[in-house]
Amino acid sequence: MQYRMRTPIRDVRMLKVGDEVYVDGEIFTARDEAHKKMMESKEIPFDPSAMPLFHCGPVVKRVDGRWEVIAAGPTTSARMEIFEDKFIEKFKIKMIIGKGGMGERTLKALREHGAVYAMFTGGAGVLAARSIKRVKEVYWLEELGMPEAVWIFEVENFGPLVITMDSHGNSLHRDVRNRVMDRLKGMVAEHEG
Amino acid sequence: MSAENLKSIENAIVEALKIAETRLPADVLAALKKAYEEEDSALAKTQLRAILKNVELSEKHSLPMCQDTGLHTFFVEVGVSSDINPITMIQIIKNAVVRATKEIPLRPNTVNPFTGENPGDNTGRYVPYISFDFVEDSKTRIMIMPKGGGSENAAALGMLSPGLGLKGVRNFVLEHLAKVADKACPPITVGIGIGGGADLCMKLAKKSLLRPIGVRHSDNAIAKFEEEMLDAINNLGIGAMGVGGKITALDVHVEWAHRHPASLPVGVVVQCWAARRATVIIDESMNVKIEGL
Repeated sequence: MQYRMRTPIRDVRMLKVGDEVYVDGEIFTARDEAHKKMMESKEIPFDPSAMPLFHCGPVVKRVDGRWEVIAAGPTTSARMEIFEDKFIEKFKIKMIIGKGGMGERTLKALREHGAVYAMFTGGAGVLAARSIKRVKEVYWLEELGMPEAVWIFEVENFGPLVITMDSHGNSLHRDVRNRVMDRLKGMVAEHEG
Repeated sequence: MSAENLKSIENAIVEALKIAETRLPADVLAALKKAYEEEDSALAKTQLRAILKNVELSEKHSLPMCQDTGLHTFFVEVGVSSDINPITMIQIIKNAVVRATKEIPLRPNTVNPFTGENPGDNTGRYVPYISFDFVEDSKTRIMIMPKGGGSENAAALGMLSPGLGLKGVRNFVLEHLAKVADKACPPITVGIGIGGGADLCMKLAKKSLLRPIGVRHSDNAIAKFEEEMLDAINNLGIGAMGVGGKITALDVHVEWAHRHPASLPVGVVVQCWAARRATVIIDESMNVKIEGL
């Protein structure tokens, strides 16, 4: 199935592994440091609950007093596995956008909180930047630096996003990994015999 | 070297960095197109289509193809008859990286592991990393490899028991890649360094990634091992971006050194689909040329 969704995104239970999604509206970036920062902060200066969380450290440039996004593809999501279940719970995240997939802890949290994980093609930084129409805000830029700061982007037709982990306990990453491990076993055994 | 010579080398390095960051070498692009044609999985094809579209856009608009513009490794092969002073060369390379960071622009990627401080210009303690070799040639080659964190995190060192032999090398590489290749933005290029010590095998593995895709090792037996490894990695079925598919790697390059009798070091270094590289060549009359595509 293909979906075009506008933020605020409140319900994603109809999305299933393999669905393709394009997003309009606002998304926010957070990588390792921003996750830490947001988990430790009592108050944060924006409402993350209705926005997709984008694992991304963009290249941005200041042009005539405004931010221009040069490249903004996803970063490896697995690094955020140590925070993500608590992050989803604390900020009521409904959609995570990243690459490479996440683990069992996150999958469990997606199920408990009715959220999904969507993959954007890794490294496709220019393609992603083309759908980012404007930088609405940036937080903790001085403190965390360009890649680690929280950027709020206004996006149009942001995608293709492929749902690879849904709110029903399905994970394409887990399925592929199991298949790969099975094949590996055969290939290594063949040579040890 | 005159000040004019130095400036033209610095300018060429800035230009080569720009070429490396914004345009894929022809061999890499051809390999990605071939992967798109040969792939059967619809999901993997979607990923490869997005990659090719992205490469087209970055070239057209002269923008870095990935937001992770990487840390920069410079492999410098200094020709013996060159009168380039290596200390000056280090300074020129650093200047060029600072300028390229601003002009292209590149993401500031150098972080102090103790304080978190980021100088903001892609330089810092020991970085950019510059490796010097001295060669019997009149030309000096400055080979540039930008490399993102996702693929660098997929590197591994194995200190195997020599009794395991090449089968052990094969199994170590496959077992490692089965676990991590999906996070290194496949289709990947795999560099394998065998022998030397812990440091040398890693360096050989990384440097082998400069070899164009499809070019085999000059030793037939090693060339055959590279082909077998490529088939085996693709048979794992990880696919583009790890969604499952038959093209996981574009190529495998192997380099080697003699080893200690008690050690069989194996270095694995992975490059993502954006296998970026460019070379600045300086001849004995200080003419400067860029080789990038």
